[in-house]
Amino acid sequence: MKEGRPRSFYVLAIFFAAYVLFLYGPMIAIYVLSFQGPQGGLTFPMNGVSTFWLAKLFEGTGIVDLGAAFRRSLLLGLVVMAVTVVLSVAAGMAFRRKFRAQSILFYSAIASLIVPSIITSLGISLEFRIIDDLIKAHWNENFETSMGLLTSGLGAHLTWTLPFGLLIMFAIFNRFDPRLEEAARDLGATPWQTFRYVVLPIILPSVIGIGLFGFTLSWDELARSSQAIGPVNTLPLDLQGLTTTVTKPDIYALGTMISAVSFAVITLALGTIHMLNKRQAAKGSDAGKGLV
Amino acid sequence: MDTSETILQQASPDLVRGSDTTRAAKPVRLSPSFISWLQAGPMMLVFLAFFLIPLAFVVIVSFWDYNEYQLLPAFSGRGYTDTFEGCIAQLPDLCTIGKTYLKTLKLCFLVWAITLFIGFWVAYFLAFHVKSKTWQMGLSLLCTIPFWTSNVIRMIAWIPLLGRNGLVNSGLMKTGLINQPVEWLLFSEFSVVLALVHLFTFFMVVPIFNSMVRIDKSLIEAAYDAGATGFQTLVNVIIPLAKPGIVIGSIFVITIVMGDFITIGVMGGQQIAAAGKIIETRLNALQFPAAAANAVILLAITFLIITMMSRIVDIRKEL
Repeated sequence: MKEGRPRSFYVLAIFFAAYVLFLYGPMIAIYVLSFQGPQGGLTFPMNGVSTFWLAKLFEGTGIVDLGAAFRRSLLLGLVVMAVTVVLSVAAGMAFRRKFRAQSILFYSAIASLIVPSIITSLGISLEFRIIDDLIKAHWNENFETSMGLLTSGLGAHLTWTLPFGLLIMFAIFNRFDPRLEEAARDLGATPWQTFRYVVLPIILPSVIGIGLFGFTLSWDELARSSQAIGPVNTLPLDLQGLTTTVTKPDIYALGTMISAVSFAVITLALGTIHMLNKRQAAKGSDAGKGLV
Repeated sequence: MDTSETILQQASPDLVRGSDTTRAAKPVRLSPSFISWLQAGPMMLVFLAFFLIPLAFVVIVSFWDYNEYQLLPAFSGRGYTDTFEGCIAQLPDLCTIGKTYLKTLKLCFLVWAITLFIGFWVAYFLAFHVKSKTWQMGLSLLCTIPFWTSNVIRMIAWIPLLGRNGLVNSGLMKTGLINQPVEWLLFSEFSVVLALVHLFTFFMVVPIFNSMVRIDKSLIEAAYDAGATGFQTLVNVIIPLAKPGIVIGSIFVITIVMGDFITIGVMGGQQIAAAGKIIETRLNALQFPAAAANAVILLAITFLIITMMSRIVDIRKEL
C-alpha cells in the first residue's frame, strides 16, 4: 500500500488540529488576559498590558490568604507524589506474581477511580467525623478534629492518584523483559540488587511519569478535597470559591500562576524522562560491541 | 538455634559471619506470598482506610437520623424518605429527584456521544495516520498536557470567550448576525456540556488509542486486499477491535459526568440541578444522612450502568 496520503488523512489532520485548538485556545486566552491593564476587565479587548494583577496576587491583598494556600497545596502535592510513587512501584512489583487478594486490590483501585469523587469525599468526611466523635466521647472532650491536610486530605488525594500509578505500573511490566532479571539472578545478584541495579533503572522514566501524575493530580484536585480537606483550603478550592465572587482579572492571574507551577513540573518531569531515555539508549546495552 | 547464634555473635562476630557466608547460597528466604503482601499491603491499606471503609460509612450513615445540629446514630429511613418526598403523591408527574436524575442522564448522554465521536477520531488519527513513533508520542503528549493542569482554570477559561461581552458575542455582533448578545452561551446547559467535553474527552482518547494501536495492521491490509472499502474496514474490522477501549472510555466519561458537581456548578452558574449537586447541597445544609442516601442512590445507578457496560467487555483482560 505504497500510495500518497489518503484524503482521510487530511480531513482527520484538520479535525485533530481543531481539537488541539479547542483544548488550548481557552487556556491561552486567560493567560493573556492575566496581563490585563489595571483598568481592564474580564474579557477582551485588552485594556493595556501590565503585570498589575499578577503583582497584586503576590502582595496578598486578595480576599483569601493565597500564600498559605499555595504552600499547603505544594506540601500536599509533594507528599502525595512521594507516597504514590513508592506504593505504586511496590504494588506493581507484587502484581507480577500471583497472590491472594490480588483481584480485591485490583478492583479496589478501579472502583476508586470510577466511583464519583463526591461519594469518596463524603465517605472520608463521615469516617473522620465519627472518629472525632469517638475521641470526644471517650478520651478528650476538647478535641477539635482529626481531619486535616495530611490525614483526611492526603487519603482523599491518594484514592485518586494511586489507581493511575498502579495502571501505569501494569503498562510498564507488560513490556518488561523478565529475562533481564533472570540474567541478573544468574550472575548472583540478590533480589534487592536485581531491583536496584536492573529493574529500577529500566523503569525509572515511567516511575517519574507516575510522580508527574501524582503531583499534578493532587495540585489540581478539587472534588475529593471538597469535603475531606478539613478546616483549611487548598489552592484550587480557593480558586473555585473565587469564581462566584470575583469580577476582576485577579482570578485569571491566580489561574495563570497555578498553571505556571503545573507547567514547570510537567517540563521538569518530561525533561528528566527524555534525558533518562537518551542515556538508556546510549549506555543501556553494549550488544554487538564485543564482536568488532 | 537462634539464641545460640546470638550468643556466638556476641562472643565472636567473625565466626558467625563466617557461618553466614557458608549459608549465602541459601539466604533467609521470605516466602513469595509474604513478599507480595509486603509490596501490595500498603496500597491495600490506603484503599481500605480511605475508600472501602468510607464507602461503608456512607451506606451506614444513610440509614441514620438527623436534626439541625448533628447526626443521630439511630436507624431511620429519613434520608431516603426526604429524598423521595412527593414522588408518589405527584404521580404521574416526576418529582424533584426524578427530574434531576433525568436531567443528569440527559447531560451524561450528550457528553458521552460527543466525547465518543471526538475521542474516536482523534485516537484513529493518532493510531493509523501518524506513522512515526516520535510524532505519535509528541501528539499524544499534546493531548495529555491539559489533563495535568487545573480543571477549574480550564472552566473559567471559557468566560472571556462565551460571556456577555466575550469574544464569540462581540464577533457575532460585529458581523451583524445578531443585534443583542446571546445569553445562553455561558452559565447554561450548553456551557456545561461544552466544558465537560473539553475536560474529559481525554478519558475517551486514551483507552481507544490503546486498543487501536494493538490492532494488527495486517488485518487491515487483509480487509483491503479482500476488497473492503474504507468504510467497511472501519465498521467490520476497526470498530469491533477497538470496542474494549470504547467501553472503558465510556465508563470513565459516564461515571465522571454522573457524579460531577463542580463543572455543572461553575459552568451552570450554580443554577442547574444534577445528581452530584444534590449531595453537595445536602452537605452544605449539614444533612449528612440525606447526603449519604443520595450518594447511595447515585452509587447504585452508576454501578448499574457499569455492570451493563462491562457485560460487553472484560476490563481485566484489557489492561
